Amino acid sequence: MEATTASGIKLGTKPEGVEGPGFFATSLEKVVGMARKNSIWPLPFATSCCGIEFMATMGAHYDLARFGSERLSFSPRQADLLMVMGTIAKKMGPVLRQVYEQMAEPRWVLSVGACASSGGIFDTYSVLQGIDRIIPVDVYVPGCPPRPEQIIDGVMKIQKLVETESLRRRDSDEYKALLNKYGIA
Amino acid sequence: MELEDQEKIIETIQAKFEGEILRTEMLYDFLTITLKQEKIIEVITHLYHHPDTKFQYLTTLFAVHYPDQNQIGMVYQLHNLVTNLRIRLKIYLPIENPTVPTLTGLFAAANWMERETYDFFGVLFEGHPNLKRILNVEDMIIFPLRKEYPLEDQVREDKNDLMFGR
Repeated sequence: MEATTASGIKLGTKPEGVEGPGFFATSLEKVVGMARKNSIWPLPFATSCCGIEFMATMGAHYDLARFGSERLSFSPRQADLLMVMGTIAKKMGPVLRQVYEQMAEPRWVLSVGACASSGGIFDTYSVLQGIDRIIPVDVYVPGCPPRPEQIIDGVMKIQKLVETESLRRRDSDEYKALLNKYGIA
Repeated sequence: MELEDQEKIIETIQAKFEGEILRTEMLYDFLTITLKQEKIIEVITHLYHHPDTKFQYLTTLFAVHYPDQNQIGMVYQLHNLVTNLRIRLKIYLPIENPTVPTLTGLFAAANWMERETYDFFGVLFEGHPNLKRILNVEDMIIFPLRKEYPLEDQVREDKNDLMFGR
């Protein structure tokens, strides 16, 4: 249930659990998921016009900070979410892959815009036809470029994934097989 | 370009390299001289040093693929920064063996331009210090601006006949 304080601030919903006077019991997974969900540090990998839309998304009007992503991480080592925004040339592919490899688990990838997702209008010999050819992607945002609302929607879908992800997922055989498919150890 | 300037340039080439000029024409007020391929570097060197021409700035060099003639055109554009005159020199190479001597001995700037021309057209520059791809990925096996290679990336799956008529 959503609650509102006397000063009008909306509080988030509590996870499922057992409540009594002075205690609240729930599973560790839910607490960790809630904490992670509201403190995602994104790494913006912006190469073209989708990056401009992202700047609007981070600005005061749309304000991605409302979702706990105030702090952009320009080092992949501290980032949770890789946001790829724009055309990725084939020559840029190994760079993007290295950035992904440098991120620590758990890590998520948001592919913003037609170019990052599929190559977009650039069906040509020099452009990578979708970043999912070199790294696994969690959420795709369509658009050319997408509006800030769409990017926020993508981030919220990532939040949903982060919140509900099992703590053991990254140790699972399925996940290892997924990384192996991309040749990432 | 004034007629006397044109004549002076053509005269300068003809005085030393008789019979090298195949054709001269004015294209969009730009003197274009088509030469035999063998002595192109000597001609450019001559135009560089000769007091009447002194073409000492290499604007650009590039190639053009003519699939109908099975030829690759090599184009050199030169500029005299003192008189502000420009010329274009053109030679034709057979597609089976597009080989031409390097211009890097005269213009250091030709280094990257020749690498680019090799990268996109596969023109081989003899004597080039570092002839490898410059803009495309190193493991590319085609020369993408030759007409026999399709523009599109062939791995694309979302463009099928149903939607795009490919």
